[in-house]
Amino acid sequence: MANTSAGVPKSLEAVKLSCVRGDRLVFEALEFTLVPGEVLQLVGANGSGKTSLLRLLSGLALPYAGTVRWDGRDVHQQRLFWHRNLCVIGHLSGVSASLTARENLAVAVALGAGGLHANVVEALGVVGLSTCIDTLAARLSAGQRQRIALARLVMSKAPVWLLDEPLTALDLDGKRLVESLLRTHTSRGGLAVLATHQPVDSSNLNVRNFQLRGVGSE
Amino acid sequence: MNFMRAAAAILQRDIRRLLRRRGQWTQPLMFFVMVVVLFPFALGSGEITASIVPAVVWTAMLLATTLSLEEIFRSDFDDGSLDQLALSPHPLPLLLLAKAIAHWLTALLPLILMAGALARALNLAPTPLWTLLVTLLLGTPVFSLVGTLASALTIGLRGGALLLALIVMPLYIPVLIFGAGAVNNAALGLPTSGEMFFLAGLAVLAATLAPFAAAAGLRSRLS
Repeated sequence: MANTSAGVPKSLEAVKLSCVRGDRLVFEALEFTLVPGEVLQLVGANGSGKTSLLRLLSGLALPYAGTVRWDGRDVHQQRLFWHRNLCVIGHLSGVSASLTARENLAVAVALGAGGLHANVVEALGVVGLSTCIDTLAARLSAGQRQRIALARLVMSKAPVWLLDEPLTALDLDGKRLVESLLRTHTSRGGLAVLATHQPVDSSNLNVRNFQLRGVGSE
Repeated sequence: MNFMRAAAAILQRDIRRLLRRRGQWTQPLMFFVMVVVLFPFALGSGEITASIVPAVVWTAMLLATTLSLEEIFRSDFDDGSLDQLALSPHPLPLLLLAKAIAHWLTALLPLILMAGALARALNLAPTPLWTLLVTLLLGTPVFSLVGTLASALTIGLRGGALLLALIVMPLYIPVLIFGAGAVNNAALGLPTSGEMFFLAGLAVLAATLAPFAAAAGLRSRLS
């Protein structure tokens, strides 16, 4: 079941995942396998567990039951290995308001998740922030801050992307940017799990929908 | 040495961030000055003796430190930076040690300098004054390290500030006892090496254990 041998494409597997928040069962016995080149779009109502699932996959939260495997290895057992292969954009942007765009990204590069390469200025140009590289993030709009977070994707060499509502506060141009980043990523053999309520333009993009239904919701 | 670069980046980031938000490090400093300056008024003129100065300075230091602890993680938690920290492939205890050092440099070092100035203004003799500064330098790293641990445990909790104070107070008391005790001994011309060694021991203990405990606490609060 696990693809550990060399040459076999690395896949992300969720095996019988269950999640409990407080005393509520959010989802149960969830299964999927994601191979390189694929994008899994999580759909479901508010509270159906999209963010919870992404936090489980990222290794930030522990599953109540079940395992997440990357390349056949349990990611919660081998966290440092997993985090080298991972780039996460959470529903909070992870951008500090009292640092400039450049400083925010320099810290992200130094922290080293997902093997970011160091060309910060170029990445900020790609996301359309070349005019405010040295502006404090506090003076930027919500959409611009989200673009700083997206610049991490531009720099990322990680095979796995986990994106929680990456289109929040973005304009149409920003949405197209995310789609084109995903296209480049999957064409290089990357895979992504994406939670968003907006329809994603799936031309040249292998998007699979994954419906989350809250089991224990009131 | 990628992990050292990561720790250095966190240190630099936190110092820069705290210096830009001036309210964060000036508030504990103002509080410290007010507490120390109120004592002479309450005691009446001419009554300030060298014997109460160390107690006043150490107590005010402890309270001012407690005020500054909540900011170690709060804004990082609010903007999602803490998730990115926990997603780093570098050892989390090391990154948290860098955060504790940044807290000490930005919040406690100004307090120590101010403590020296105020103790001099309250007529503390030169020998106990030097002892006071040395005990503060040895004892306050414990404040930062244990404070980092306690604020990691209370991230995102409602009423976290009060809980934080309740957690750290008992853990700060040994430092208070040995710190103020050493200065009192110095004022009486007695040896202070016993207290000094104890403070240094506490600092080493906190530096080796607190980052690991803080990392475990942080992970459990984020999950």
